[in-house]
Amino acid sequence: MIRNLAVSGLALAASMTAAAAQERVEIQWWHAMGGELGTKLEEIVKGYNESQDQYTVVPSFKGTYPETMTAAIAAFRANEQPTIVQVFEVGTGTMMAAKGAIYPVYQLMQDAGEDFDPSSFLSAVVGYYTDTEGNMLSMPFNSSTPILYYNKDVFEKAGLDRETPPTTWAEVVDFSQKIMESGAAPCGFTTGWISWVQLENLSAWHNQPIGTLENGFGGLEAELTVNGPVQVQHWTNLAQWQKDGIFQYGGPGGGNDAPPKFYAQECAMYMNSSASRAGVVANAQDFEVGYGMLPYYDDVEGAPQNSIIGGATLWVLQGHDEEEYKAAADFFTYLSSPEVQADWHQFSGYLPITQAAYDLSTEQGFYDQNPGTDVSIKQITLNPPTENSKGLRFGNYVQIRTVIDEEFQALLAGQKHAQGALDAVVERGNALIREFEAANK
Amino acid sequence: MKRTIFGHRLLPWLLLFPQLAVTFVFFLWPAGQAARQSFLREDAFGLKTEFVGLANYAALFRDPLYLNSLQVTVVFSVAVAVLSMGTALLFALAVDRMLRSARAYTTLIVWPYAVAPAIAGIMWWFIFNPTIGIMPYLLDIAGYDWNHGIDTTDAMILVVIASSWKQISYNFLFFVAGLQAIPASLREAAAIDGAGPVKRFFTVTFPLLSPTTFFLLVVNVTYTLFDTFPVIHATTEGGPAQSTNILVYKVFVDGFIGLNLGSSAAQSVVLMAIVIALTAIQFRWIERRVEY
Repeated sequence: MIRNLAVSGLALAASMTAAAAQERVEIQWWHAMGGELGTKLEEIVKGYNESQDQYTVVPSFKGTYPETMTAAIAAFRANEQPTIVQVFEVGTGTMMAAKGAIYPVYQLMQDAGEDFDPSSFLSAVVGYYTDTEGNMLSMPFNSSTPILYYNKDVFEKAGLDRETPPTTWAEVVDFSQKIMESGAAPCGFTTGWISWVQLENLSAWHNQPIGTLENGFGGLEAELTVNGPVQVQHWTNLAQWQKDGIFQYGGPGGGNDAPPKFYAQECAMYMNSSASRAGVVANAQDFEVGYGMLPYYDDVEGAPQNSIIGGATLWVLQGHDEEEYKAAADFFTYLSSPEVQADWHQFSGYLPITQAAYDLSTEQGFYDQNPGTDVSIKQITLNPPTENSKGLRFGNYVQIRTVIDEEFQALLAGQKHAQGALDAVVERGNALIREFEAANK
Repeated sequence: MKRTIFGHRLLPWLLLFPQLAVTFVFFLWPAGQAARQSFLREDAFGLKTEFVGLANYAALFRDPLYLNSLQVTVVFSVAVAVLSMGTALLFALAVDRMLRSARAYTTLIVWPYAVAPAIAGIMWWFIFNPTIGIMPYLLDIAGYDWNHGIDTTDAMILVVIASSWKQISYNFLFFVAGLQAIPASLREAAAIDGAGPVKRFFTVTFPLLSPTTFFLLVVNVTYTLFDTFPVIHATTEGGPAQSTNILVYKVFVDGFIGLNLGSSAAQSVVLMAIVIALTAIQFRWIERRVEY
């Protein structure tokens, strides 16, 4: 009898713990962070899950950015969508237009009663993800901007000052020639992301429009305008520099062949995301790396303006119950706290998304100990963003990125001149934007 | 003589059911979905759907990039078929002349067939990588500046080699079997009549191999239409400037990367039609007429 009582007591206790465990609301977060970034992300989620006992966030790695986005969309069509999905910046137009599929973050935070102040975020980051009324639609998580990396040792070997990166394109050419003539390295510079760095950021950096209607922020009817004189001149130069050997092409998309050229000390300079920093530092075994802002043409009025971001934000999808949305809102508050943000920023090279995280990093002496790590944030906040430099928003932009790569390849192959290639980008891009407009009217 | 007759009408269907179910779930149903989707215009999330009739098809055949993709596919298929079948035939003829070591060579030549296409693609990508690959290095010494990232011809050569390499093994096996099926007496008779090895090949061996050759031609073209996807994905991703963007890769890029489902579905339907036509040719024409 006593034994029986004890057993049932145990069973009761067990069922109570089970009930307590069941009370934890579980939400899914699909992301595209592989490798070291993925490990760090899981660490952050673990920290969150242990910090409270109401909610559990379950992160799942879904592959590359396009793969993650496609997976989430396919899941939405099958009614199996995660609560939170990480979407890269060029998918923003698509997500934003899908009004019935997304739960805007400003609304989520309001409905969940979270203490949420959009103005604490850096405007250069958030501007990309707000609608025309200034409402934040997705939660910035990992944003970066392209910067210039250079090989200090090669600079010195070529008789250049190892602490002075080039600031203008004329200097890039001048330095490259000195480097090549002295035999310090066989190539001047390479770059990742032709589309993002050498066209979109080039335009913003020189205060040139990428498209009409405030680079597409004003509506689906926007058209591309990247065939302006500054862009044409730059692409003409790039094609010539490729012929001269000053510049080496690193391939389409992110430019997979670019980093090895820099790591192997073949190219002395390298332009890519500030979030490549961890990788660059890890791979630059035999030389010291310096950091600089993107070069500009000093004969263009208004340059340098400010650079624009890339990276990804977190979107909340419709079709879940209130409890899960509360969990998402609570998690977002944790994610944007200065400590978590500063830690993520310092580890990855992504921008701190709030002023508080930046201040905290400064206070901790991070920028003093790691010179060059604040180049990215200085660059995006160099000037208050103009209509031309707060970002871009076009439908079907994932495909337009591919178009940019293809036309750039046609340029390098000598099939087209810069004007023809960029005219083709505009023409083909506009056709894609029209298609998107028709499907989302 | 005893003949077994099953009076049961249901049993044959029951026995066929697993196969029919698999065919339905994994082929007929998705194919039907693709056909349906090809008449619709839809946003990525499926929130707004509009019936547009044949607009997706019309747009496809007006699109110079699609026509380019068709052309690229034809060049690619013919090149892969010729290269892989030609090489395989040479190897098979060589092995056929061997007495003792034939089996060892056969085993070795068949090995690449066990390599997954994606891995084959990565391997060739390494070998031909303009920065770290061995081939561009050797070609540079020979005075050729290899760069499949920029040069469209280089890119096509790369994907043709990478796709043919694996297929050589498969073709080789069939050619060896085909050669063994040719009675030695025929070739000996020709030899006695004074025909040299080249003459014997073209007048006796090759005509007798034609059923095998036609079969392989269809199999190889089907292979280049579908199974080369991983090779393209791992090496050129359809570039540069769409010069290696074959039909099946374009379906993937437009549908899964670009999220243009209507156009992607229409492209799959066209591709499906091409394969149905090829299969029909194989069954109707080749299997019946190439007989001796």
